[in-house]
Amino acid sequence: MVLPGDGLIQLTTEGLYCPAADAWIDPWRPVSRALITHGHADHARPGCGAYWAVAAGEGVLRQRLGAGISLTGMGYGEERRLGGARVSFHSAGHVLGSAQIRISAGGETWLISGDYKRDADPSCAPFEPVTADVLITEATFGLPIYRWRPGRQVAAEILAWWREAPQRPSLLFAYAFGKAQRLLAELAALGVEEEVLLHGAVQALMAPYRSAGVVLPPTRTLGELHRRESLAGRLVIAPPSAHRSPWMKRFVSPQTAFVSGWMAVRGARRRRGFERGFALSDHADWDGLLRTVADSGARQVYVTHGNSEGLARFLREEQGLAAEPLGRAFEGQRNEQGEVEAAAMAPEGVPVGPSP
Amino acid sequence: MQLFAELFETLEHSGGTRARVAALGAFFRAADLADGAWALALLLGKRKRRLITGRRLRQICLERSGLPEWLFESCHAQVGDSAETIALLLPQLGLPPAPPLELPLATWMETRLPALAALEGEAQAEAVLAIWAALPDGQCFLFNKLLTGGFRVGVAAGLVTRALAQVSGLEEAELAHRLMGGFEPSAAAMEALLAPLEAGAAAPISRPYPFCLASPLEAERLAATDPAGWQVEWKWDGIRAQLIRRSGQTFLWSRGEDLINASFPELEGMAERLPPGTVLDGELTVWPAQAPQPAGFGPLQRRLGRQKPGAALLREWPAAFVAYDLLERGGQDLRPEPLGRRRAALEALVQGLPPAASTPAAGLLRLSPVLPLGGWQELDALRQQARSVGAEGLMLKALDSAYGVGRRRGLWWKHKLEPMELDAVLLYAQAGSGRRANLYTDYTFGLWDGEGRLVTFAKAYSGLDDGEINELDRWIRRHTTERFGPVRAVEPLQVFTLGFEGLQRSSRHRSGLAVRFPRILRWRRDRSAESADSLTSALALLEDPAAQ
Repeated sequence: MVLPGDGLIQLTTEGLYCPAADAWIDPWRPVSRALITHGHADHARPGCGAYWAVAAGEGVLRQRLGAGISLTGMGYGEERRLGGARVSFHSAGHVLGSAQIRISAGGETWLISGDYKRDADPSCAPFEPVTADVLITEATFGLPIYRWRPGRQVAAEILAWWREAPQRPSLLFAYAFGKAQRLLAELAALGVEEEVLLHGAVQALMAPYRSAGVVLPPTRTLGELHRRESLAGRLVIAPPSAHRSPWMKRFVSPQTAFVSGWMAVRGARRRRGFERGFALSDHADWDGLLRTVADSGARQVYVTHGNSEGLARFLREEQGLAAEPLGRAFEGQRNEQGEVEAAAMAPEGVPVGPSP
Repeated sequence: MQLFAELFETLEHSGGTRARVAALGAFFRAADLADGAWALALLLGKRKRRLITGRRLRQICLERSGLPEWLFESCHAQVGDSAETIALLLPQLGLPPAPPLELPLATWMETRLPALAALEGEAQAEAVLAIWAALPDGQCFLFNKLLTGGFRVGVAAGLVTRALAQVSGLEEAELAHRLMGGFEPSAAAMEALLAPLEAGAAAPISRPYPFCLASPLEAERLAATDPAGWQVEWKWDGIRAQLIRRSGQTFLWSRGEDLINASFPELEGMAERLPPGTVLDGELTVWPAQAPQPAGFGPLQRRLGRQKPGAALLREWPAAFVAYDLLERGGQDLRPEPLGRRRAALEALVQGLPPAASTPAAGLLRLSPVLPLGGWQELDALRQQARSVGAEGLMLKALDSAYGVGRRRGLWWKHKLEPMELDAVLLYAQAGSGRRANLYTDYTFGLWDGEGRLVTFAKAYSGLDDGEINELDRWIRRHTTERFGPVRAVEPLQVFTLGFEGLQRSSRHRSGLAVRFPRILRWRRDRSAESADSLTSALALLEDPAAQ
């Protein structure tokens, strides 16, 4: 399925484009003006002439795309005129500064969800339900087998896992931007005040979160530690790409765990080769996706990322909505296993090898 | 069942041998005898009864949830396991909260699960739903697995016996022996299993010995030893078996510990000539009396599949027990004796047998010949002859070795023939299950026919490393031309060298050929689909030249 060629939003080789605003949304190639839902690498790419994004995400974006980018910071809910369109950014609850982008022109309103979740997260603003005529939603976890438990509960299990191994380092793998900070914030909420050690890729994202006022335990990179200091009983957070890399050599018989929505399935847990898997995601689960579609009141839904065909078919056949997958051309930018989520874990410019 | 559920979780998480044995030991110490017995049977994979089909369980789940069947299929493709898919979908069923249900494992296995199986229709559905509502999260998956007979846990039998050895103070080999020949779970069976040696409970006469197994040859290790210290034999291409003659009764056990007397009445007859208290280790083959070599694996499979073979089948494909070793003589366990002594005793026994009453009985018991070997430099030439005598390679056994339990690296080596090879084109892919769920890892390959079409030829699941699997998975997703349910047809572009052990004519396969043990040897990125092999080149490899 391709978007209608004369619609408010069109699909071009650079990505989703709004002619009325003369702007692209999360383009995957350099364009003159990009509206960015959030700073993950598959949504925010370098080289665009001008960026529009939520002000809360500015620190992350400048760090990843370059300090000198031309960036227009928007407040949540603030509406601005852009060419012949009105544009507003609304909290997506995905990571710090993440947004759904709402665009109106010619009496029609579209909402591009970006990545979002409906669950509570102490490290970012909660999801805001927004109405629109047409919704473009993600479906990374678009199957009813995915149903998240509260983040606080999963964090409590992680805390117990850490505490059970006072003799070993506890190595927790989590996406460097978003998931790691969410975990740290949940641990702080559970009363953790001791220092947590971080891989350099994770530490690089801490400053924007701290300046946004998120309560976090003290952190340091591994490199700041004395070489001979024992790591037994310490919690260390690193991006998944560091697993089985030379960076791991520093640890004597660590216990390892991966925190990701994919860990809800046993096969995925076993395939990844981590000892433990904790199912925690910054994407909407099945119920969250259905609820968001319902909340939007949209008469037309386009589905992208993950199980787009399945969710679209369900909305069409079981709920009587006009729903279509956004098509393979668009899909190709990201595969069905969320490997881009994996690719996005280490911000560009931050080496994945040994931390500084 | 909570204790068992926790053990299952721990075994899933911890990779270390020591941690796994410790968890098993802690479980067996804490569990009562009946629960321990059931857990043991489940861990060893000796309990696979299907009480309710996965399809029925899925139907109950779907009817209650209202989810469409195609969506269940999508979920299943992602998860790779029905029982787990259903467990993950349970929150979608809107089941009313119920007081938690905790019953001993033995109660589930002996009473509750069979009771569910005995119910039908709506009553069965209601009963299953009530249990789902009442079980804690982690137990629903286990319950589904036990109910559908698909329970499996990735723990080696050796670790389980090691843990039991630590709990009971018995030798691992003694426990392995006591576990042979079937273990019917009960508190009494568990008590007998763990009973001290001096308690001296008589072993059942049917009980086989644990098989001694060979490891793939490590040529450097062998080369460092004296060739005179080894017994060299053909590695016959049948199934490993143990023939027991005790107290006037005969027991023929496969290596998978199935009692297969019924399928081989002619061997039962032959065994009557064996002296009392005899146990032979050998290879079960199909080998007509006058034939120079065994008939291959296809006929053997036909015989194995038939519980009561008819006269025609017995005449056409008579079985033979090719003896490797003598494990028990006159009721005495010979396993601690060195192989050289056991071999001499075996030869004496076979040669001293009363002559067969009728000619067809000749050839039912054959002595696996010991092959002369001048030095290691002759080994490969000898191995190359294996195919011409209907064997799949060589066996090398240290002459001074006792008959061990399981696989002891360095005492027995197997040196198989190099597989036959063909270059084939990837045509279809299907997602795997378990660890490979949601990855396209089950591949179907094709060869060219005479008219420039690719004909499906073999399926292969193994041979690529994780990196290649992931890469090929991505390629498959991008080059899918059609989907048939869980199967994707892909553009015929990728070439792989397949290895296999044998090739036979088959009217049931589109290519007219059946392959044995096909697996991927190499991903041939250097080759184009056009350069892949044809059916004609496959035919040239046919085992029996007369069949060409």
